[in-house]
Amino acid sequence: MTERVNESTIGAHGRIITVEIMGRPYSVPEGLTMLRAMWYTGHEVVRGAGCLGGFCGACAVTYRTRDDVRLRNGLACQTVVVDGMSFFLNFSYYPNRKALYDLDQLSDPKQDLFKIYPEATLCRNCNACTEACPQGIDVRDGVWKSVFGDFEKVSEMFMDCVMCGQCIPVCIADIAPNHVALYASRVQGARLTLPPENLSKRVGEIQSGKYDREWKRILSMSEEDLKVASQPSK
Amino acid sequence: MMDVIAESKTRVLQGRDERRNQTIPSQSPEERDRLVHAFHPDYKKEEYHRIRIGPNAGERTVREVAELLESDSSLPDNLDLTPQYRVDVLVVGGGGAGATAALTAKAQGAEVLLVTKLRLGDSNTVMAQGGMQVAITENDSPVTHFFDTLRGGHHKNDPKLLKVLVEEGPMAAQWLIQLGVLFDRDENGNLKTKKGGGSTQPRLLTCSDYTGLEIMRVLKDEVLNRQIPVLEFSPVVELLSDADGTCTGAVLKNMDNGQLIVVAAQSVILATGGSGRLHIEGFPTSNHYGATGDALVLAYRLGARLSHMDTFQYHPTGSVYPEQLAGALVTEGIRSDGGHLVNQDGRRFINELDTRDVVAAAIIRECAEGRGVKTPAGRVGVWLDVPMIDLLIGEGSIAKRFPAMVRQFQRYGMDIREEPVLVYPTLHYQNGGVAIDVDGQSQVKGLFVAGEASGGLHGRNRLMGNSLLDLIVFGKRAGVAAAQRAKEARVRKLTLTHVTRFRGELEKNNIKPARVAPIILPDYVRREEAPPPRPSRSLINQTPYRISPRSD
Repeated sequence: MTERVNESTIGAHGRIITVEIMGRPYSVPEGLTMLRAMWYTGHEVVRGAGCLGGFCGACAVTYRTRDDVRLRNGLACQTVVVDGMSFFLNFSYYPNRKALYDLDQLSDPKQDLFKIYPEATLCRNCNACTEACPQGIDVRDGVWKSVFGDFEKVSEMFMDCVMCGQCIPVCIADIAPNHVALYASRVQGARLTLPPENLSKRVGEIQSGKYDREWKRILSMSEEDLKVASQPSK
Repeated sequence: MMDVIAESKTRVLQGRDERRNQTIPSQSPEERDRLVHAFHPDYKKEEYHRIRIGPNAGERTVREVAELLESDSSLPDNLDLTPQYRVDVLVVGGGGAGATAALTAKAQGAEVLLVTKLRLGDSNTVMAQGGMQVAITENDSPVTHFFDTLRGGHHKNDPKLLKVLVEEGPMAAQWLIQLGVLFDRDENGNLKTKKGGGSTQPRLLTCSDYTGLEIMRVLKDEVLNRQIPVLEFSPVVELLSDADGTCTGAVLKNMDNGQLIVVAAQSVILATGGSGRLHIEGFPTSNHYGATGDALVLAYRLGARLSHMDTFQYHPTGSVYPEQLAGALVTEGIRSDGGHLVNQDGRRFINELDTRDVVAAAIIRECAEGRGVKTPAGRVGVWLDVPMIDLLIGEGSIAKRFPAMVRQFQRYGMDIREEPVLVYPTLHYQNGGVAIDVDGQSQVKGLFVAGEASGGLHGRNRLMGNSLLDLIVFGKRAGVAAAQRAKEARVRKLTLTHVTRFRGELEKNNIKPARVAPIILPDYVRREEAPPPRPSRSLINQTPYRISPRSD
């Protein structure tokens, strides 16, 4: 049973172009994203599609366009095919190491980075990670900033990271830069930033029962009474 | 056609000075009701069907959901149900609610297995941009949050669930911060808050417009750190029950090889999210690939009642141009920060910060009455004047506050810092779902539901920023209760009795199921009509390269 909306043709214009999907050329209308071109040409997609909105990194893709020698990385749900393009979903299922750690047990989180991800110090500045990033993050700089302990800056730089993992296979020092950055960000949030006062205060008020009497009154109200009580002019 | 758009766009730019000082009052309750009844898709009678069997028989819902509830199971009655796994708590779904429930149950000492249809983290959570509502400012309180939500839900919310949501909100935020989530702060280190549609106080906590991504990234990492076993690409295709109708486990399908996997569990938590990919009423959706309403049909067959299954949230500002982004979300944060909605004539037509159902209905009205702008692909929408934000609160604000949105449109050569975008409502959220109590338990013993899959909390319209909060608060609650239940462990039978019974009901009522469900993934694949591959490799690899230095 086909859905009432068929995503495989969204964006299609009239002109027919040639794109190569995993080494096979197909004729498809212009305007499709790579994922839609796959559906359009009859490919079942299980691995390689996720949020379809450019946020989850499931549809990591490697591609090249005509007359360009360069292999590029992107997100298949966000990249529109052009004539002469060749692409394949790379899934990014690299068996890289994600270190296991307990944030609460770290004694000196900035130093602990060197135990948790010792390879982070081995960056040889080739910049391949930065070039591979579909989000335009200066990944190489992020690795160095992690090593030098500027976790705050790393957390800002990597807020855009969709964890697609395309920086991993290109690293000649076997670093998983996205995981290094995530460690730095989490440490920044959990250990290096003071708890927000306004939040702590409200938690204290709730736990001391400040609103209990009001709740008792509210939860005994009828639907009609609640309607009246909820008008903002009160 | 582009000229018409350009002309209308000019009117948007020209009208800015005038619109800037214009206040559009919120609608009165009567006006809101009238608008919603006349134009909101929830009130399109011809789209609604009566549910014929099961706990909600006699109630009405949209055709897509009715077909889902009256669908057939993919399993034979006589399947061998020898379990491959035995766990305390089986968590179904790898989004925010599932990850939270798994972490919580594990922290309680339970043996947890998390299974999910796609990858851990592939979810709607990851796309949530607007923020998470938590009442923390001086002038705000959980009680104000309660009443705002109740008003937004047209007073149909379950007050008990709602009280839990708003009161445990601050603790939920605290938990996330302890896990390393970086909410935006002000200069004093306090959490920054922003006002969402339908709210009387600013209480949205944000991580720029990546709030959901930041939360999901951290939760996923923590699930891995806690070494919770995860089975990816393994959706549940049926729940299991014993003779009493208690939920005792589930059957999964390994999507790599089609094999069925039987799991025995003391408690099952369904956290499979919503149903946008059913494309209800033919709407495009902002939802992720796997949002096919699996929990609804799984729980329904086992006898769980659903709540508010006649109401869905159409997010007012889905993108309609460029065509590739049709249905994708333009965050409500844009309106929170002062972005105007403007019709073809360059006029505002609704208070942008009214509740989503009201704003969506107003946009549909403008378009239905000819005041919309047509795109080259034939869609219609109204303008969302994004650049207004930089004019109102300062140059550079859009880039700083909405990096994800800027990037999204940049990919298609559009700069939202400079130009307005065209929007129309997009199917966004399942307001209802499986009815739960305050512990996340459904009417079926042993079956818990958390997050978007559950129903009752949001009434007939969810307030912006309450879904992220919902999945943390009720993910935790379901995790605790499910783990607690597992402590009273008993060996229970694994049967498909409820499926046999349901099939009997279908037959007795002469219902020929329109489909097999859970649907798992929407069917977008063209088969017969798909173009065949060309016989040779393409020209791509044969053209002489013009090797030029890298410029980017």
